[in-house]
Amino acid sequence: MSHFSPALRAKAEATVALYPKKRSALIPLCHLAQGQDGYLTEAAMVEIGELCEVTAAEVRGTATFYDMLHTDPVGKYVVGICTNIACMLAGGDDLLEHAEQRLGCAVGGTTTDGLFTLEETECLADCDIAPCVQVNHRFVRTTTPEALDALLDELAAGGRVDEIPSHGTLIRVERTVGLQVPKDVIAEERAAAGAAQAARMEGSK
Amino acid sequence: MADDATPVTIRFTLDGREVEANKGEMLIAAAERSGTYIPRFCYHPRMEPVGVCRMCLVEVEGPRGTTLMPSCYIAPSDGMVVRTDSEKVKKAQDGVLEFLLANHPLDCPVCDKGGECPLQDQTLAYGPGESRFIEEKRHFEKPVPISDLVLLDRERCIQCSRCTRFAAEVAGEAQIAFSGRGDLVEVAPFPTEPFTSHFSGNTVQICPVGALTAKPYRFAARPWDLDQAESTCTGCSVGCRVAVQSSQDRLTRVLGVDGEVSHGWLCDKGRFGFEAVTGAHDADSEPGRVTTPMLKKNGELVPVTWSEALSAAAAALSTAGSAVGVIGGAQFTNEGAYAWVKLAKGIIGTDSVDAQLDDGLPASLVFGLPAATILDLDTANAVLTITGDLSEELPVLFLRLREAAHRGTPIVQIHQHPDSVTSIAHSALAVRSGDTDAVVRMLCGDDVQAAQLRNHPEGLSFDPAALEAAKAALPHGGKGLVVIVGRENLAEDGTLTAAAAKRIAGAFPEATFLVGLRRANVRGALDLGLTPGFLPGRVTLAEGQSRYAGTWATTPSATGLSTVEQLRALATGAAGAPSVLVLLGSDPLTDLPDGALAAAGLAKATTTIVVSGHHTATTAQADIVLPVTVANERTGTTTNVEGRVSVLAPAVAAPGQAWSDWTIATALADALGADLGLETVDAFAAEIAALAPSHRGLSAQLLAGASGDGIIIPVGSSPIHGAQPLDPTAFPGVKAVPARPLGTEQASLPEGAPASGGAALLAAIPEAVSVPGPDGYALRLTVQRRLYDGGATVTNSPSLAPLVDGATVKVHPSALDRLGVASGTVVRLRSAAAHLDLPAISDKTVIKGTAVLSFNHATADHAGNAAASLIDASAVVTDVRMETR
Repeated sequence: MSHFSPALRAKAEATVALYPKKRSALIPLCHLAQGQDGYLTEAAMVEIGELCEVTAAEVRGTATFYDMLHTDPVGKYVVGICTNIACMLAGGDDLLEHAEQRLGCAVGGTTTDGLFTLEETECLADCDIAPCVQVNHRFVRTTTPEALDALLDELAAGGRVDEIPSHGTLIRVERTVGLQVPKDVIAEERAAAGAAQAARMEGSK
Repeated sequence: MADDATPVTIRFTLDGREVEANKGEMLIAAAERSGTYIPRFCYHPRMEPVGVCRMCLVEVEGPRGTTLMPSCYIAPSDGMVVRTDSEKVKKAQDGVLEFLLANHPLDCPVCDKGGECPLQDQTLAYGPGESRFIEEKRHFEKPVPISDLVLLDRERCIQCSRCTRFAAEVAGEAQIAFSGRGDLVEVAPFPTEPFTSHFSGNTVQICPVGALTAKPYRFAARPWDLDQAESTCTGCSVGCRVAVQSSQDRLTRVLGVDGEVSHGWLCDKGRFGFEAVTGAHDADSEPGRVTTPMLKKNGELVPVTWSEALSAAAAALSTAGSAVGVIGGAQFTNEGAYAWVKLAKGIIGTDSVDAQLDDGLPASLVFGLPAATILDLDTANAVLTITGDLSEELPVLFLRLREAAHRGTPIVQIHQHPDSVTSIAHSALAVRSGDTDAVVRMLCGDDVQAAQLRNHPEGLSFDPAALEAAKAALPHGGKGLVVIVGRENLAEDGTLTAAAAKRIAGAFPEATFLVGLRRANVRGALDLGLTPGFLPGRVTLAEGQSRYAGTWATTPSATGLSTVEQLRALATGAAGAPSVLVLLGSDPLTDLPDGALAAAGLAKATTTIVVSGHHTATTAQADIVLPVTVANERTGTTTNVEGRVSVLAPAVAAPGQAWSDWTIATALADALGADLGLETVDAFAAEIAALAPSHRGLSAQLLAGASGDGIIIPVGSSPIHGAQPLDPTAFPGVKAVPARPLGTEQASLPEGAPASGGAALLAAIPEAVSVPGPDGYALRLTVQRRLYDGGATVTNSPSLAPLVDGATVKVHPSALDRLGVASGTVVRLRSAAAHLDLPAISDKTVIKGTAVLSFNHATADHAGNAAASLIDASAVVTDVRMETR
């Protein structure tokens, strides 16, 4: 009995087939599984192990090395705030502390409603808009406590679904694999996200 | 690696000296061989290098000045200039150790590794002496179990990856892996998939710090208090080299020692089974040892003196004359086996003597097949296996076979149920019980058999493509082919396997054979005549008569009865049945495949004399019980699966009044008014070497000179290799053991020794065995040995006893569908002999039409060996019907 949905299972098998060595598909498959469940469940790790012909211990070992792979449940939105030097100078620590108070959970924790998980991140390479904030690994360009509050309210009210998928890493894998998502679909998505962001930037001016 | 037949020598400069290295050898190893020891943690000579700990950095001259490089990860090249003692290297070593110690607790006074710890020792020898680290160290919950036998103290781990590499690379079961990152890295199994390896104890031994500890040794002793005896493991017939350590006459642990048989590895039964000898250090209960002679009086066994027990035994034996049967002796020393053969065949005059309990192969096959050695696996062109699960029966032989597979040697397997070897096999042919010989015929080019196998109601049991692949993998004529043959299925007649082996020997005349008999010294027992039809030295009765006439009082004139024949004659009251049974460390009531026959036969014996180290089902029914010494209490020699004789050294004294195996034989001969003529273990060894042609030239001096590796007999048939002194970082805890200097010596064949095995003996093996056709409603039974079973070693070891599974029957899902029950349901198996209720497990790897059971596992309402109740020794194969209850 597969833990993956039939469609995801087919996608996973196609992904494994892309590589000369099955174990090379380990990380892409972790992302696919995380896209389905939000995090890597034990059943998913066992199934990934079978697909890649490695042990479940090796899957877990790899998954726990990477910050973007979760082996414990996370909220619908994973909010990451950078506190590396550029962001620290721009108030990253303060923003993180504010987020903790606003969400009522410590760094690494998840809100009781299961909506938000708060993470402190290393450099996200978007230092020109410091302190840098990501939601589900999408840059949201929110630098002040007030803007962060507004964003969280908007997300809690179900906003920005077009821009921030429920689990951001899934899309990346499909891009990386290349063969899974037609190029025109990628272009369409990209254009839509760009337009949504431009509209918002226009509004905030 | 193995293909460089001509070793290429590389010359390089090490600390100003010209040094030689072999091609492919790493710098760290070449330096060690030349006398320069470079400190290391992750490097282990029996595993692939990874270069992760950085302790072995050396300075190498290059075009842009000198650079620091890990010496375990670079191979020397001609003209390379290397320094291991420069300021730069010293600074690197200081730095690496300071970093390692930043996250390492300095809890040496309470750590089990303290006193034998490579981190402790190398910090003292190479470290900076002081740390600048004043911050808070890591803290973890401690300890966490990573297997049933191994505990982990995470804060002590230095991430050398020896344990995880051992699991993945050597054992082939990567059930433990690093998880997390940075200073939070820890070794962890998957939560739902525990580290169940049979080899888990090796991770403890190779851990260079105290991170991994074994439950049976945790807080049991300090290493400097331990006495050490270098010996040979007698858990199975592989004969791994061990250092047995004890404190105050109690065994505390067993460590593997590097050698050409075992490469320093041990299975967990060999490592932790010592608890069955002197008990676990923290257990409330003592192991069930027999400590005094016992005699049945008024229906009850009561302790008596040796003289009373021996007189009673002698009286029974005198009355019986030569109507005596002897069963067992495969756990004895060579000297003990010889003493009992001399007593039974040379004084009592019976040839009904059998070391095997119908679970082995005929002696004429063992002696008749051309012999292979374990080292031959390293250079084999191909390996063919027809044997039980090697990781269950001969675990370290499986590791050696895995090494060969890893090097690319094709393994062809014929099996009745997929096992550890299937996972490393080049081609695996699944066969139903009874069909092994038919598949061997197909492998040898006889296609007539194919139609017969296809006619099975459930179809052909293997993929025809696998057969073609197997045929292609086997070298023509058998050049460089090693065949491992053993008893895969205890529910079928062993003659089937013997006939198949004989056929292979005929079809591949250059092939050599390892006969995978499992019991510790079964090979020595057979060599020394504990089998019907032979006298010591692999000689037949007729051939041996003149040889032994001068020294022995008598020799039997006719071939006697095997174990099954003795018990059957007793049960049916046939003429020629023994009236007295002498059981040498054997427990037929638990260990004979045909359990009903054992019970019926033993019940009819006038007197049953059991020589045993432990209380067993059989000692409970005996008339006379004589306590004998067991593993690690004995002096003498043992012979392993390849015919290698190695030394047994006592580590502890025997409990109570237990005597050694040969002493009991000598005393019993005395009580019978006869004389074995020998009074020390050395005298027995000398007489064996003098009389038994297979042992000609074997001497204590020769064995001592070969250090722990022993000598393959006949002396001169295999070269004796030297070894390098043991690397203290690779084998922490093992106190210095003597090593023979490097270099190969070909001992000359002594005069009068046989050139090789006697192929003529194979005439006694039938060409073919007729197998009854399949019954469409029945399942053919395959019963296999497991490492952890109801035997005395496991049940008397508190650490191992919980690892024994309950009996289940594994069947193909279609068989359960037909019955309409779910996996796990208790079903009834009915054989011609009996019926048994046990849970049925659905397993799609089981061949259709087959049922797979484990030997010597209990069910809810059948204590002891449940599978044995279904087996009929007189049937060629066992068919069972599965019913709902």
